[in-house]
Amino acid sequence: MKNMKPMTRAFWLLLFGLLAGYGVGLGLDLLVGGRVNFTASIAGLFSLLIGVALFFLGLVGYRTIARAIVWQIAGTLGGALFVTAIRALMGLKAISPPFLFVEPAWVFGGLTGVICFLLGHGVVDDWIKMARGIEVPERRADAPGWQKYYSPSLDHKVIGVQYIITALILLVLGGSFALIFRTELASSGLQFLTTNFKLFNQNGLQFYNTLMSLHGMIMIVSILLGIAGLMNYLVPLLIGAHDMAFPRLNAFSFWIAPPAAVLLLASLILGGFDTGWTGYPPLSAKAPIGMQMFFLGVFVAGWSSILGALNLIATVVRMRAKGMVAFRMPIFVWASIATSLIALTATQLIGLSFQLVMFQRLFGMGFFDPAKGGNPILFQHLFWFYSHPAVYVFILPGLGIVSELLPVFVRKPLFGYKWIAMSSLAIALVGFFVWAHHMFTSGMNEYLRVPFMYSTLLVAVPTGVKFFSWVATLWKGKITTPTPMLFVLGAIVVFLMGGLSGPPNATVSTDLHLHDTYWIVGHFHDTLFGGFVFPFFAALYYWFPKATGRRMNEKLGKLHFWLMTPSFLVLSLGMMRIGLLGMRRRIGDYDPLQGFDATHLVLTIAGFAIALSILIFIVNLVISLKRGEPAAGNLWNSRSPEWQAPSPLPAHNYDTPFEVVGEPYDYGLPGSKYVEFAKK
Amino acid sequence: MRHFIIVGILVIVAASLTYMGLDALNLMPVAASAQAGPIDWMWNWQVVAMSFLFALIVVPLLYSLAAFRRKKGDTADAEHIVGNTKLEIGWTIAPLFIVMVFAYMGAYSLAETRRVDPQAMIVNVNASQWAWSFEYPDYGFVSTELRLPKDKQVLLRMQSKDVIHSFWVPEFRVKQDIVPGRVTELRITPTLDGAYKVRCAEICGTSHAYMESPALVLSQGDFMAWATEQQGIAAAAQTPEGKGALLVKSSGCLGCHSIDGSKLVGPTWLGLFGSQVPLSDGTTVTADEAYLAESILNPSAKIVAGFETQAMPAFATLTEEEIANILAYLKTLK
Repeated sequence: MKNMKPMTRAFWLLLFGLLAGYGVGLGLDLLVGGRVNFTASIAGLFSLLIGVALFFLGLVGYRTIARAIVWQIAGTLGGALFVTAIRALMGLKAISPPFLFVEPAWVFGGLTGVICFLLGHGVVDDWIKMARGIEVPERRADAPGWQKYYSPSLDHKVIGVQYIITALILLVLGGSFALIFRTELASSGLQFLTTNFKLFNQNGLQFYNTLMSLHGMIMIVSILLGIAGLMNYLVPLLIGAHDMAFPRLNAFSFWIAPPAAVLLLASLILGGFDTGWTGYPPLSAKAPIGMQMFFLGVFVAGWSSILGALNLIATVVRMRAKGMVAFRMPIFVWASIATSLIALTATQLIGLSFQLVMFQRLFGMGFFDPAKGGNPILFQHLFWFYSHPAVYVFILPGLGIVSELLPVFVRKPLFGYKWIAMSSLAIALVGFFVWAHHMFTSGMNEYLRVPFMYSTLLVAVPTGVKFFSWVATLWKGKITTPTPMLFVLGAIVVFLMGGLSGPPNATVSTDLHLHDTYWIVGHFHDTLFGGFVFPFFAALYYWFPKATGRRMNEKLGKLHFWLMTPSFLVLSLGMMRIGLLGMRRRIGDYDPLQGFDATHLVLTIAGFAIALSILIFIVNLVISLKRGEPAAGNLWNSRSPEWQAPSPLPAHNYDTPFEVVGEPYDYGLPGSKYVEFAKK
Repeated sequence: MRHFIIVGILVIVAASLTYMGLDALNLMPVAASAQAGPIDWMWNWQVVAMSFLFALIVVPLLYSLAAFRRKKGDTADAEHIVGNTKLEIGWTIAPLFIVMVFAYMGAYSLAETRRVDPQAMIVNVNASQWAWSFEYPDYGFVSTELRLPKDKQVLLRMQSKDVIHSFWVPEFRVKQDIVPGRVTELRITPTLDGAYKVRCAEICGTSHAYMESPALVLSQGDFMAWATEQQGIAAAAQTPEGKGALLVKSSGCLGCHSIDGSKLVGPTWLGLFGSQVPLSDGTTVTADEAYLAESILNPSAKIVAGFETQAMPAFATLTEEEIANILAYLKTLK
C-alpha cells in the first residue's frame, strides 16, 4: 500500500469501502428488519457512505478537501447517532427502516456534517484563533501549485477559480441527471424507470421525480456558484482592488457551498423527493427524508449567496481605484452590484420558506397544514418572493458579460452605457414586485392577478433597452467573431427568445393555458441559457488566457459553439411546441395519444448533442491548460485594466495602482485611455 | 441611410414571414370551450408582437454581422458613437406604451373568460393522489369521467383531500389549482363535442403523470341520456356491494389499486379477500376483514412486500358503515 500513488490507493479503498459498507449495511438491516434483504436501502446507503469516506481518507494528507469530506461523513453519522441515543433514552422510536436513523436524526446529522466539513477543512481556523486571542497574519502565502485550489486560500482569483470549477462539476452532474430522464422521455411508456425499478427505496417514477427535481436545484446552485466565480475573479481586477473587502469571509462563502452540494446529493440516497425544485407543501410535507436533505442543502447554499453578495457590495463601494466614479465603472461591475443587491436581500426568503416546512415536518408546526389552520398558498408567496428575483440574479451578470465584451469585438463604444447600467438596477428593482405571476392559477386572491400582470410586463421595458443598445453597438462596428464573440451573439439571440416567450406567461389569460406546461420549461431554459450559459462560456473563453497565460483552442471552441447552439434551439423550441399542445411539466410518462413521441425523441437527441458539446469544451479546457498557445499580453486588444497587466496576475494583482483617466469603452477615440498605471 | 432602408424592409419581411410561419403551424390545440376564444385572441396578438420584435432585433444583428465585418488587415477602431439619448428615451417609452396596451388586453381577455352564467350546472370535482372523481349534485351520482353538455356553462367546485392538484383540459385552455382545505372554482362552457382528457397540471407525487380522466363533451340529448343512466345505476346501488363500488370510485382508490389483477402503485384487489398477503417484514397475513379495515384506516401498519416505496394516505374520515360497504365490494372481486 505504501508504494502506491495516492489516487490508486484511494480507488482501492473506495472499492473496499463499497464492499465493506454493503456488508455493514446488511448487518444493520438484519438488526432493524430481522432478516437479510440484499437490495435493502440501508445496505446501499452504508456502502456509499463508507466507500466515499475511505476514498477520501486515502487522499488525506494530499488534498485538504479530502479531510473535509471525511469529517463531513463522520460528523453526519456522529450527529445522527447523538440524536438517536437521546431518542432511545427518552423512549422514542430511535431506529427504523429503510434508512436506519429516523428523520430528526438525519436532519441533525446533516447540519453537524456541514459544520464538521468547515472545521475539517480549516477555512474557519483563523476565526477560531482570533476568538481565542491568538494573532493571525493579515495575509498568508498560498500552498504551491494545484494544492492551493483545494485549500482555504484568501486570494480572490483562487477563490474565483474554485467557484468556477465547482460550478462546472455541478453543471456536468445536473446535466447528467437530465440525460437520464431525457432518455426515459424519448418515447411514451416507461422504459427503464419502471415500477419494478428500485434504488434507494424509490421506484422508477419516484426516481424520475427525484432526478428531475435535483436537476433543477443542482443547476441553480451551479449557476449561483458560476456567477459568484466570475464576480469574484473579475470585480477586484476591474476596479483595481488588491482583493475582496473581506478575504476570510470570501473563502468561507465559497467553502460552505461544497457541503451544501453534498447535502443536495444526499437527498438522492435518502429516498429522494417528488416535488420539483419548488418543494410546495403539502406534498413536500409528506415526501421521504430526502426532502429534508434538499431543504437543508438549499438553506446552507443560501449562506454562500448572501455572504458573497455582502462582500461584493462592500468591495465595490469601498475599494475602487482613484477616479473610478460610478459612471466610469465597467458595466459588469454595475451588473454585479444589481445582482448582489437582490441576492443580499431576497435569499433569506427561500431559506425561511424551506425552514418552515422543515419545522412543520420535525416539530408538527402546521404553518402550511390546512388541518391545523395553515395555508399552503402562503408558502408559494414566500418562496417566489425570492425565487423570482433569483432569476434576475442568474441573468444580470451574464447580460453584464455581453455588454462588457461587445465593444471589444465591435471596436466601438458601448451604445448608451448609462442606460444599460441603469437598466440592470431597474430590472433588479422591478423584479421585487412581480413574484405572484407564478401563482396566477394557484387560487390566491383573484384581485391580485391583474396588478401582478402589469408589474411583470414592466420588466420588458429595461430588458428591451439592453437589446436595442446591443444592436446599436453592433451597428457600423468593425466586427470580428472569435469564440467569445460567437457566444456573446448566441447569448443575445437565445436570451431574446427567452424574453419574447415571457410576456404570454405574464399575461393572466394566456398563462391560464401555459402555466405548468413544457412551454414554460422551454421559456426558462431559453432565459437561463441566454442569460447565463452562453455568457458564462463567452467569459471563460475570453478570460481563460488572463487566468492561465494560455488561450483556449479556437477550433474546438467554434466546434463547441456550432454544436451547442443549433441543438439548444431545437431543444427549447421543441419543448415550447409540445407544451402549447398540452405536454405538462414534471411528468415521467405522457399519453401516447397526444402524439408527442417523435418530438420527444428529437429533444432527447438534441440533449445528448448539447452534452457532447460540453464534453468538447472540457477537453479543450484540459488540453489548453497544458498545451494552449501562450498569450501573456493584451490578447483581445481591450481597454480594460486587467489586460494592461501581465497574465497570469500575481497575488494581490497589480504591481502599482492605476487611476481612471477616461471612459471605459471609448473605442475609436484616438489617444484616449481608460486607465493609467502609476510609475514604479 | 442605405443601411437603414434595407434593414427596415428586411425587418418587415422577416416579421411577416415569421408570423405567417407560426400561424401556419397551428400552435394551439383545438379550441373546445367558450373560454378558449378570448385566450386564443390574446395569444394571436402575442404571436404578432413576438414575430415583430424577433425580427426587429435579429435582422439588424445578422445584417451588422454581414455588412459591418472587419476587413482583412484593417486594425483601426470603428466610428466613435457613444449613444443617442433621444433614441434611448424613444425605445424606453414606446415599449412602455406597448406593454401597457398588452396588459390592458390581458385584463380584458381574462374578464371575458370569467363571464358568469347564473344557470351554470354545478359539478363537484374531487382530486386525490392520483384520481379524479366528479359528483353531479343536480342528478345525484358520482362518476370517474367528466361528461359535459355542449353550450352550457359548468361551474366546477373543486376540492382536494391530500396535496395540491390542478384541473386542466388543454382544449378548454383554462387551468385552476385545487388546494387542500378550501374550494376553488372554475367556469367552463364547452363548445365542441369530442373526447378530451382532464390532466393534472400540478406535480402531485409519484403517479402525477397518470392522473388523467376522460373529459367528454356531448350534445344536450346525449348528456341527459347518460345522466339518467348514471342516476339509475346510483339508485340501484342500494346493496352494500353497490355502495362500496361507488365509494371506491369517488375516494380515488382505483388510482392506485386495480380490480383486474394488473400491478399499479398499490397491490391489485382482484382475489385479495381471503388470500395470504406477504408483508415487507417477511411475515404473511390473511386478508380478512380486520386486516383490510386496518389497511384503510392506518395503511402503514402493515406494508405489503414489494410496495414499500409508496406510502398510501390514511382514509381516517370514512365511517364504519362506509368501510363495511367497501369490504363487501372487495369480497365480490374474485
